[in-house]
Amino acid sequence: MTRFDLARDSVRSLNQRLHESPAGHWVVSHPDGRHCIAAGLDAAVDIHIEGHVGYYCAGMNQQADITITGSAGPGVAENMMSGSVRVKGNVSQCAGASAHGGLLIVEGDASARCGISLKGSDIVVAGSVGHMSAFMAQTGRLVICGDAGNFLGDSIYEAVIYLAGKIGELGADCVEKKMTAQHRQCLADLLSASGVEADPDRFRRYGSARKLYHFNSDHAGDY
Amino acid sequence: MNKQNPLRPSATFPLDVLAEIHRSAEQGVYEIRGFGAKRSLPNFDDLLFLGASMSRYPLEGYREKCATNVTLGTRFAKKPIELKIPITIAGMSFGALGANAKEALGRAATAMGTSTTTGDGGMTEEERQSSKTLVYQILPSRYGLNPDDVRRADALEIVVGQGAKPGGGGMLLGHKITQRVAQMRDLPEGIDQRSACRHPDWTGPDDLQIKIQELREITDWQIPIYIKIGATRVGYDVALSVKAGADVIVLDGMQGGTAATQNVFIEQVGIPTLPALRMAVDALKELGMHRKVQLIVSGGIRTGSDVAKALAMGADAVSIGSAAMVALGCNKPVYLEDYQALGTEPGYCHHCHTGRCPVGITTQDPDLEARLPPKAGARLLRNYLTTLTLEVQTLARACGKSHVLNLEPEDMVALTIEAAAMARIPLAGTDWIPGT
Repeated sequence: MTRFDLARDSVRSLNQRLHESPAGHWVVSHPDGRHCIAAGLDAAVDIHIEGHVGYYCAGMNQQADITITGSAGPGVAENMMSGSVRVKGNVSQCAGASAHGGLLIVEGDASARCGISLKGSDIVVAGSVGHMSAFMAQTGRLVICGDAGNFLGDSIYEAVIYLAGKIGELGADCVEKKMTAQHRQCLADLLSASGVEADPDRFRRYGSARKLYHFNSDHAGDY
Repeated sequence: MNKQNPLRPSATFPLDVLAEIHRSAEQGVYEIRGFGAKRSLPNFDDLLFLGASMSRYPLEGYREKCATNVTLGTRFAKKPIELKIPITIAGMSFGALGANAKEALGRAATAMGTSTTTGDGGMTEEERQSSKTLVYQILPSRYGLNPDDVRRADALEIVVGQGAKPGGGGMLLGHKITQRVAQMRDLPEGIDQRSACRHPDWTGPDDLQIKIQELREITDWQIPIYIKIGATRVGYDVALSVKAGADVIVLDGMQGGTAATQNVFIEQVGIPTLPALRMAVDALKELGMHRKVQLIVSGGIRTGSDVAKALAMGADAVSIGSAAMVALGCNKPVYLEDYQALGTEPGYCHHCHTGRCPVGITTQDPDLEARLPPKAGARLLRNYLTTLTLEVQTLARACGKSHVLNLEPEDMVALTIEAAAMARIPLAGTDWIPGT
């Protein structure tokens, strides 16, 4: 195990070492809200960050499994390609923005625009999400075990949303869809993989009505 | 026409306005088109070089050296970009352009020792392989963005805005979305693809500063980071870009091109390149950052004299998009029946959005694309870039400069009061700069 204390050394130094010789298990202490911790990793390394992180922690992550014991600032795991990021606290806005792959697990709540522009990643939020979550989400899955703020799935493409709790208002072109046994099984597998306990039978499924896929002036009010 | 009683067109409702109202009434939607602003705007033609005389010493055209190299990204990056000419190729997306066109741009840029730029939709293998120096754009859509390409780029360009549509997002219409384009963008084939107007994970310059920090961390502070802005509130945007940590600012005036944007956006939003450039240089000088944060200007650059005037006003380099496409054959009088099928003629075509480009540039159709073999296209663009470079050197030598970056505002006068006011260059024959 490698220990790295951010109270004694810089984020730059940490990232450089993680880029140059990533291996084994790392414990990072005293993150204290610093930005860009463990950004741009591309190795099957296990990283445990003890505390709160600032912006863009685990940005563009590939392969690495990263656990944050505190809360995370904006853009955690943005554009992640693979691997996993687990946040034991809450996350600020734009969690998992444009993420292409991998799994982001939020054990607390997520703020606005969770999963914005999602491109294939899976996001599981044990709590609730803020407004405009899954905005323009293209592919991938967003699981919300709590409630969702207004305009969920606005302008969504082919991404899938599973929601257990209440919703304020759906976004443009986002509609509730039939929840089949196959969908329940997929959801159960995803919950199991994320270690989040929830009953798949409580969830509803949402996706695109596909009315905005080709511009139609009679739908101009929906844009 | 009856000469005794000639027909009188309305100045308020001329023929083109009437036609647009008729079209709107039939279709119920704004016009989307390619190319750039067609309206007349103050531009570099409104400036003239003075040339050397008794008080200035010219350089001998074919004997005395006039260097053209430029270094970009000297502020923070460990590996700045070294270019042989101060003319770069602007960002244009694979999807809007075909793969052959992208490869031709890369080949020509490489042959000339300059850079080319990706666009919305990510980096293609063809352009990476054909481009020695490739700038990788990071756009609001994040289509095709991945860290492997980030790391193999020679510079990153965060696109905040575009001259043709500052404040607007993009639209790639469904008929250009082939399987390959769709796959690169993680979207279904054949649907209209909207590109967002704001980035998904930052809002405002304070966030952007941290975003740039993240990109530097991912690339280990090796490569330059550019910020591209559409010309509007240029003074503020340049100052905030400097504050956010840009190595290079790319300023795109309203004459800048687009593959598909609302006509109302192209013609009615933004400011021309001429005043925008002067405002950017003023802002950099005020911050003490002129030449420390390099400035690339684009939007309506067509000739070597345009390049020379932009450099003389304080730009470190220019970027060309539309002109590069014209060099590849855009609007060339060939394949006339295909222009006519689009309802246009060579010289008037702005139908990039249709995907039916008669000369094979802005298309994904294999038959049309075959009209632009990459090597042949690269040769055309290389010739054009060579011509521009020779013209810049000719003008610089005439002004007594041994390097094109030594051109300065004092070398020029303005032909019109508008240009004098916008460029802060004295009106010819006077020492008058309106507004000062």
